Amino acid sequence: MSAHLIALAGNPNAGKTSLFNTITGARQHVANYPGVTVERKEGFYKQNGHELHLVDLPGTYSLTAYSMEELVARNVLVSERPRAVVNIVDASNIERNLYLTVQLLELGIPIIIALNMVDVAEGRGIEIDADALSARLDAPVIPTVARSGKGREELMEAAIAIAENRAGRSPLRISYGADIDPVLAKMENSITAAAFLTDFHPPRWTAIKYMESDEEIIKKGRSANPSLSSRLEKMVRQVTDHLQRTLDAYPEAVIADHRYGFISALLKSGVMRRKHDADRLYLSDKLDRVLTNRFFGPLIMAAAVYLLYLFSFSMSEIPVAWLENGFAALSGFVETTMPPGHLRSLITSGIIDGVGGILGFVPIIIFMFMGIAFLEDSGYLARAAFMLDRVFRVFGLHGNSFMAFILGGGIAGGCAVPAVMATRTLRSSKERIATILTVPFMNCGAKLPVFALLIAAFFQENEAQMMFLITMLSWGIALFVAKLLRSTILQGPSMPFLLELPPYRLPTFRGLLIHTWERAWMYVRKAGTTLLAVSILLWALMNFPELPEAETMMFQQQRENIVSALPEDMREKALAGKVEEGDSSTEFNDVAGELHKIDHAEAQASLRWSAAGRVGTALESVTQWCGFDWRTNVALVGGFAAKEVVVSTLGTAYSLGEVDPEDDASLSDLLARDPAWNPLVAFTLIVFSMIYTPCVVSVVCLAKEAGGWKWGVFSMIFNTTAAFLIAIAVYQCGRLLGIGT
Amino acid sequence: MQIRLLRGLKQGETGEIVKVNSGGELGRRIRDMGLIPGASVRMEGPAPLNDPVAIRVHSFTLTLRNNEADFIEVAVEDRK
Repeated sequence: MSAHLIALAGNPNAGKTSLFNTITGARQHVANYPGVTVERKEGFYKQNGHELHLVDLPGTYSLTAYSMEELVARNVLVSERPRAVVNIVDASNIERNLYLTVQLLELGIPIIIALNMVDVAEGRGIEIDADALSARLDAPVIPTVARSGKGREELMEAAIAIAENRAGRSPLRISYGADIDPVLAKMENSITAAAFLTDFHPPRWTAIKYMESDEEIIKKGRSANPSLSSRLEKMVRQVTDHLQRTLDAYPEAVIADHRYGFISALLKSGVMRRKHDADRLYLSDKLDRVLTNRFFGPLIMAAAVYLLYLFSFSMSEIPVAWLENGFAALSGFVETTMPPGHLRSLITSGIIDGVGGILGFVPIIIFMFMGIAFLEDSGYLARAAFMLDRVFRVFGLHGNSFMAFILGGGIAGGCAVPAVMATRTLRSSKERIATILTVPFMNCGAKLPVFALLIAAFFQENEAQMMFLITMLSWGIALFVAKLLRSTILQGPSMPFLLELPPYRLPTFRGLLIHTWERAWMYVRKAGTTLLAVSILLWALMNFPELPEAETMMFQQQRENIVSALPEDMREKALAGKVEEGDSSTEFNDVAGELHKIDHAEAQASLRWSAAGRVGTALESVTQWCGFDWRTNVALVGGFAAKEVVVSTLGTAYSLGEVDPEDDASLSDLLARDPAWNPLVAFTLIVFSMIYTPCVVSVVCLAKEAGGWKWGVFSMIFNTTAAFLIAIAVYQCGRLLGIGT
Repeated sequence: MQIRLLRGLKQGETGEIVKVNSGGELGRRIRDMGLIPGASVRMEGPAPLNDPVAIRVHSFTLTLRNNEADFIEVAVEDRK
């Protein structure tokens, strides 16, 4: 026997996710609906030998065709035909929640109402008679407290009973008033007679959707039966004209009024009783008096953001170190067990370093996700959007863009991947794409080592000021580009704000864990697959073609010349690079130092000879305008894999061999002494690495979230071009002003 | 009894919605949230930068931008 499909529907903030979590536990599967970035969550539940397959619909207030979420929810209901819908209704806010219920009932799918948060409602003096509500709606009503799991078994029992009973139910019929009802009846008759779309939805529902000018249904109708569709559209136009003349209202407004009228009549008929004044202030409102206060609000928000950083960095310090050590040990193990050669180099430099570098970020990302899940689940994020919307709107963005910028490194040290995923709160809109495309300008954790290196080398006296300037610069560029995009290719009206401020709640630990796990796993999967391919590719570019034999021979010759100064028995050891305590005579050390230099010279020569080196050299014709030579170019190409690779590649290019990105003192000394470098070049490089193409993982994630590869390609090309132009401007202006010459 | 735009409510003042002048997506969103004629709203106050504003309708808090609030007319009892 296969599992019955049950859909979970409800308003945002009604406790749908909590309920889904308590029902399915950890047995969940998260994916995206094809073509859109709306999450599809599924899970299974077993009770008394019955199995249910649950699909969690996106949280919506209504079932119109305006947002992706609503369309997706509606399509699941219409085309996947779940056996029943469990509709979560927030008892403390029942009027607005029943608006969706009414629409579900009009669709004629059997429903079970989970009357959730009855405890909160009781605390607020709202008494709801579940039996009366059940009788009025002709559907089971089960009081639940999703956070504690109360009512779960009864709810599922009711769902199973309904799912097993194939009787179905007839759609709810509400009166829409003297102007609309007669026309709806006529439309319904024609629809029934022609069996117009009746495979998908009840005739009256189709008629109502025509009346509401629902674009999606009308489009579907036009292709199914053009002549009937145009007849229906004509009838709607007549009603619309009439309503416009007499009431100055659109049919959809009249329909909404009647739905709410139906709900309030129902509630008044003994379903709901209020024990005290609805306007009483509750704890949540009192908190808001302080947390969104004109003066304290912004201060507390700054503190919250600071704590978010503090939490994610301090908590992740230890696991990051473990991971780094783990990968280093792995690398070391491979080096000791495998003979030197291409395969070993591929495994250590290509795979372990590349993938390890990115996986090293996982702890930070996990804790960031956890922090953000806490802010989101507690209801604070909505307040932050409320307070900052005015600022972001100036640049064509939305209050909800804020968290994405912060996660992306708005202060310092985030990551674009979680940031891009956090834009989901913006639903599907142009503001969302603009946010996704500008978040990579923030200074993520991987750009910081690059900045740290250059600041240490050239701006040591003004470290803090430089960091501040860099942060301001990245915000300036991000907001400017956002404005630019929103007034060119992403033109259009802003999405309505209309944001609910849910009551503050203490998030459940289990909810936080599930939330965090889902997102972190998505990151690891992306990083694991794409990055592996790119690291291997970059490794190949930097190692092939190999130096011609003549040159390798030359380096080898030099080595042998030097070693010949040593006594016979030590030559082998020196060549193999094995230094032991007992051997460290001055003579031996000198030779070892010389050998080191030769190794580095060879590394530099082979890098220059490699494909990446040639690309870097070829790019010099362009990059000379911003003062970069081939070595910087190679480093920047490498930075496409992950920004911190810029540092390690510069290390190789400047013949330092392996450079630890965290410990760059020696490299910065070297750069400071190099005649090709000066503060102007360093600053230009800072600006360039801030702006140019996001790293490969970000690009993949960004393309996926923005809804197409064109955005991924766009961000690579646009950002790199912008970086070049700005870098050239900075460098040339600097030279004109006589800085660094 | 006087008719004012929703934005014109003072902090803590209560009114009853008489008309929503917006169609299209915004109109639909406003109605989905239960801002329909007859609903009682209370002004909770503006955001720190005076925009958006927070209002209380039915039993929840809703925030909307000033220019969105301007589509909503409310009737307010005259103060004596």
